[in-house]
Amino acid sequence: MRARGARGVWLTLGGLALAAVFAMPYVIMLLGSLRTSQDNKTSPPSFWPRQWQWDTYAQILSDGRFLNWLGSSVIVAAASTLIVIVVAIPAAYITARTRFPGRMVFLFVVLITQMFAPTSLVVGIYRQFFELNLVNTYAALILTNAAFNLAFAIWILHGFFSSIPREIEEAAAVDGAGRIRTLASIMLPLTAPGAVTAIIFTFIAAWNEYVVALTLIISDERKPLTVGMRAYVTGYEQHWDQLFAASVIAIVPVAILFTLIEKHLVGGLTAGSVK
Amino acid sequence: MTTRSVRGRGRRRRSPGHVGLGTALLWLAPALVLIIGVVALPAVLLVDASLANFSITGLRRGSAGLANYVAVLNHPMLPTVLLNTVVWVVAVVAITIVFSLAIAQLASKDFLGRRVLRTALILPWAASLVITAQVFVLIYDYNYGLLNPFLQTLGLIAGPVDWLGDDAVVRWSFILVGVFVSIPFTTFVFIAGLSAIPDDVYEAARIDGASPWRAYRSITLPLLRPALLIATVLNTIYVFNSFPIIYTLNDRNPVYTHDTTITFMYKLAFKSQEKDVGMSAAAGILNVLLILVVVAIYLKIVDPRKEADA
Repeated sequence: MRARGARGVWLTLGGLALAAVFAMPYVIMLLGSLRTSQDNKTSPPSFWPRQWQWDTYAQILSDGRFLNWLGSSVIVAAASTLIVIVVAIPAAYITARTRFPGRMVFLFVVLITQMFAPTSLVVGIYRQFFELNLVNTYAALILTNAAFNLAFAIWILHGFFSSIPREIEEAAAVDGAGRIRTLASIMLPLTAPGAVTAIIFTFIAAWNEYVVALTLIISDERKPLTVGMRAYVTGYEQHWDQLFAASVIAIVPVAILFTLIEKHLVGGLTAGSVK
Repeated sequence: MTTRSVRGRGRRRRSPGHVGLGTALLWLAPALVLIIGVVALPAVLLVDASLANFSITGLRRGSAGLANYVAVLNHPMLPTVLLNTVVWVVAVVAITIVFSLAIAQLASKDFLGRRVLRTALILPWAASLVITAQVFVLIYDYNYGLLNPFLQTLGLIAGPVDWLGDDAVVRWSFILVGVFVSIPFTTFVFIAGLSAIPDDVYEAARIDGASPWRAYRSITLPLLRPALLIATVLNTIYVFNSFPIIYTLNDRNPVYTHDTTITFMYKLAFKSQEKDVGMSAAAGILNVLLILVVVAIYLKIVDPRKEADA
């Protein structure tokens, strides 16, 4: 029941104040993208732009460097996501719907990979792709992002597959459908919310990934946005307006996607722990 | 709180179909290839590198025995780095948990504007950590940042503070950003935990004359225990592994003074004068061992068998 009266007013004021705190860095980012470079480097700073500058977005959207980074991010995030979903669906299905020796071992291993960020293994990852001659390629980033986000996808899909009543699967079997057809035509549509959550989560994680891209990508045009955009602010040039415009462009799509999956996220990230 | 506990309750499967290991492996093969190829093999290569001697250009020059480990353990900055890591992890996790408990309490109430609060909370969670850290680089800036004039207007500081350069405060500047980006996930874990507590428990407590604070301490906190445990362990792992915040905010400072074990390890291999791959790998292994301890605790709490067979 919605709080009303004085209590409701206080809750609303408190909630909005808190919302302002969490949004503030991103508001500063947005305002920073709408002022001039000099304004960002004027002391004392002003919260509102002293002079509004609207063409920074048009400027970076016609900057070849920026478009390369954006393209890299899109390619890497999309390909990682595709791999994760194609790989996770059969694994989640077979572990959720059947029993076989080694099933628990597999699920354990998956859970452990979720705990290891690529950061701690980065020297090993670098050597692995060096051996494979894949340093400075999208393939290296795509495979790493796919591998380290697989656990989340498997766990969330596992949950959805497990919740499908056995009768539905049996009815399909009676109708003569094989395992793969049952999966494709009956089970997958029922797990759609889980698949969407896994897809969005992986896309965002790959889109935001930093340390592996920082380490494995050498040529500027192959860098993803997170790594490339730092070139806007260095010891030599300080275009905070451009850095912030690029940041806004990088954040808006993921923030929107994130709100779509928020309610499934916690369950997937805490896999089985809080009931 | 998991997806299944909401969707599947009451519709238990009768007997799961058994398949042979061969059939199962066919379905698991793509996942196994990915995990072995990109997680397990690099882990092996990391162990191998930690026991090897490398040239400054990264060529393997033969075995080094345990020399790399000895070098890491004898590194003059190791005590500083370890202390930085402990303070960073403990402070971020503890402060995050306390704030998130309060915020979750508020965000669980139904009031006008709740949607706005929840959406704003999503921003630091969804945004890339490097990007958030970059904004804070400017917010903290001694001359051009908004934090100094803001705190001066409030009368909280007398003069401007060099948030990212003054050795006495740098650590806390990192921790503030760490807390800021950790609160959203933690809050949502607590919101989910709170929503699982039935209202009639509170009703009963109210009828018994319990004060709200008493009800919170005797009902809410104990029932939130699983969520608290999980938030603590997962945050410990995330914060320990966290790289972009410290790496970005620490850009200006001399080598290692404010590094944690993760950024220390990275700089050893890729940023230091020596570019010592072997030593970095040894530091990486020590990191992995530290994480393993936390993971072991996590698995003890979680026990995936419950999840997989529920």
